[in-house]
Amino acid sequence: MLARSTYGSVYSEHKGSFVSIAIVDYGAGNLTSVKKAFDWLGQAATVTSDADAVHRAERVIVPGVGHFAATATIDRNGLRKAIESAIQRGTPVLGICLGMQWMFASSAEASGLKGLGIFSGECEHFPATVKSPHVGWNRLHWGRESKLFANVDEEPFVYFTHSYRAPIDKYTVASCEYGGEFSAAVERDNVFGVQFHPEKSGTAGIKLLEAFCNLPC
Amino acid sequence: MLTKRIIACLDVDGGRVVKGVKFLNLRDAGDPAELASAHSEAGADEIVLLDISATAEKRNTLLDTVRKTARQLFIPFTVGGGIRSLEDASAVFDAGADKVSLNSAAIAHPELITQIAERFGSQAAIVAIDAKKMDGRGYQVFAAGGRTQTGRDVCAWAREAESRGAGEILLTSMDRDGTGIGFDCELTRLISTNVRIPVIASGGAGSSAHFVEVFRDGQADAALAASILHYGITKLGDLKQELAAAGIPMRWPC
Repeated sequence: MLARSTYGSVYSEHKGSFVSIAIVDYGAGNLTSVKKAFDWLGQAATVTSDADAVHRAERVIVPGVGHFAATATIDRNGLRKAIESAIQRGTPVLGICLGMQWMFASSAEASGLKGLGIFSGECEHFPATVKSPHVGWNRLHWGRESKLFANVDEEPFVYFTHSYRAPIDKYTVASCEYGGEFSAAVERDNVFGVQFHPEKSGTAGIKLLEAFCNLPC
Repeated sequence: MLTKRIIACLDVDGGRVVKGVKFLNLRDAGDPAELASAHSEAGADEIVLLDISATAEKRNTLLDTVRKTARQLFIPFTVGGGIRSLEDASAVFDAGADKVSLNSAAIAHPELITQIAERFGSQAAIVAIDAKKMDGRGYQVFAAGGRTQTGRDVCAWAREAESRGAGEILLTSMDRDGTGIGFDCELTRLISTNVRIPVIASGGAGSSAHFVEVFRDGQADAALAASILHYGITKLGDLKQELAAAGIPMRWPC
């Protein structure tokens, strides 16, 4: 099948053990695509809004598209606490798009809300000098050494769609340029964030998700 | 640098791709899932699947088609045609689409754009506009696959769609569609400079030079490639390579 030839190398080389993955559903957009990518990798990913399920998972994904205000829902239902305790236990946690922005201190999009504060600074809107949202494929520029990009050699093109951007932090592992430089990927111990959509970024994105599944617990 | 996108478009009727693809050596040239994967592998930046089924029976197969296509596709995937309600859109998203394209339904019920944007995010709501140049009245919006004149000005409608929450505009020139004489760069530039959301140009592509024109002169953010790929006039990889050589930022090699 042709599709297997596109992503087949990733699929067939998958040697990691199977891990339980919780995709946190806090009402911010459609999570089918994220789950589908893990299905493709043969992983057991569950979309859930249940704090206990987040607590039990061996990997946690904080996805999300849309307004930063949507992250207020994480504070309800004990989800924030479940994610914070997962981080403390050393469980690998990956924020995607809005989920990554929520890992920063705050966002100008909803200034009353607090993010996780794992990464420093406030997310801000793109300047008026460029069209916004930033939609499409843009190239990453490597920063400090990354665990998730260990299997990606060249700086890849990845798919973005967002109106707010996260600042460069000392934990930035990849940056991107659009009306100035911003954080495209961050890593701090077992906490990871990507502004782009790995589930929509072709082979590079699938490799990144596979590396996340294969991280030691 | 943000690259310009080349979007491969599949017209589907009753679960089968209507237009053939000559250059792809496929066992089954009419299977949407297989074609979408082939386009993705050849370098397409996104896939648009337009359901042109005229009957309800044929339309019922759409969700199944979307599900099969999405399962093995890891680039952005838009579905359009016959989406008339939030429920229709939800079902298409559940089946694995990332974005929906609204046309006639958005004209009849503009609040649908806002409903979809609020529920799924603006990035998931594309408004497709079919435009035709009318003597003395500028560009006018047509609905129902170009059959119905709405009396709306294209620029005003594009701005309204943006203010109601659309994330992108898919702009088709009815005058150029199927002609192969080039995109309508005047129309594309008019809309691209009057909205802040991305504009996808469609209609008229016959050569790689036409894509260079629409990105450079038309200020398009993306361009739809339909018959130019279907009839094997140009291979996607060759097209992207030529555009990159002409200085258009491309995701190539990818």
